[in-house]
Amino acid sequence: MEFIGKLFAMAIAAIFVQNFVLARFLGLCPYIGVSKKVDSAIGMGMAVIFVMTMASTITWIIQTYLLIPLNIEYLQTIAFILTIASLVQLVEMIIQKTAPALYKALGVFLPLITTNCAVLGVAILNINEKYTFIESILNGLFAGLGFTLVLVLMAGIREKLEKAELPRSMKGMPIAMIVAGCMALAFFGFAGLKL
Amino acid sequence: MIKEFTKGFIKENPVFVMALGLCPTLAVSSSVMNAIGMGLAATFVLVCSNIIISLIKNFIPNKIRIPAYIVVIASFVTIVDMVMEAYVPDLHKSLGLFIPLIVVNCIILGRAEAFAGKNNVINSILDGFGMGLGFTLALVVIAVIREILGAGQLLGYNILPQSYQPMLVAILAPGAFIVMGLLMGLMNLKKK
Repeated sequence: MEFIGKLFAMAIAAIFVQNFVLARFLGLCPYIGVSKKVDSAIGMGMAVIFVMTMASTITWIIQTYLLIPLNIEYLQTIAFILTIASLVQLVEMIIQKTAPALYKALGVFLPLITTNCAVLGVAILNINEKYTFIESILNGLFAGLGFTLVLVLMAGIREKLEKAELPRSMKGMPIAMIVAGCMALAFFGFAGLKL
Repeated sequence: MIKEFTKGFIKENPVFVMALGLCPTLAVSSSVMNAIGMGLAATFVLVCSNIIISLIKNFIPNKIRIPAYIVVIASFVTIVDMVMEAYVPDLHKSLGLFIPLIVVNCIILGRAEAFAGKNNVINSILDGFGMGLGFTLALVVIAVIREILGAGQLLGYNILPQSYQPMLVAILAPGAFIVMGLLMGLMNLKKK
């Protein structure tokens, strides 16, 4: 029971209170770049959830059974980024073979994920926070869910913004930033939450 | 040749014009000190990786060039990480997660792919310095605005009168987005 309570607290923290995009500033490039349409935002979100969960799992194993026993923790950055890059490639190939429909939906977003700093970010955070194996996997999953939530919300707002009357110089990127600012302000409301 | 150096400052500024490297820009620009530290760390990685990549570009098979670039970049990031931890531990602590994340900063991989992989060493060094300083400049501009509005300070010294009520929101996450949005709008206005 205590474990479930802890998991619930972790989920709320990763999705709302310490949202990866709005509070930690991770994964902003796809957040601004792929949030023009709700459909593609959902596709990108699903791909990110998948890769983040997988990356958390595998980097934790590498850290615990390879880097620490061999005393080469300083190679963490290189080891993790290579793991993520090859993981993304592998996931792409597996999905292409086994689930062509899913591949078609996620296809274009998969290669972009390697340079999504949220993925490397969650892997390093898991190690810094000294999470256990199960906690790491779930933290990856929750962080991905938080990312998807704000990405889809943002896409919904930006679809409406297309028709709004704005000064020419504020169109596109600048207004997207301001909207993100307002959203971050709203998410700040969760900051006082104690679990 | 001078053009390779200066284009990164304004005309092709990586942050304001090309909108690359947004994550570190927004995350570390809450104080000017952090901004300078981050800017210089990224400049070092950018210049060094540009040198190595422009030297070895002919030996890397085209198909695996991106993983090869990432390994080169990650090695320099590890060096920066260790050096900063040893000599400026406070700064290292306040930048935290964003030092290892220089690896996935799109500016660095972007310059490797778009410039260093196609040009000679001298031009690549100039390009790296220019882009790195352009990135630092953008960070410092945002940080100056946020630190003055949010804390009434500059580099830790009070510069506004005591009666000034700091706008706390400016140094928190939402302020970063709003200042960035307004600055980008201003750049667009100047371009037209």
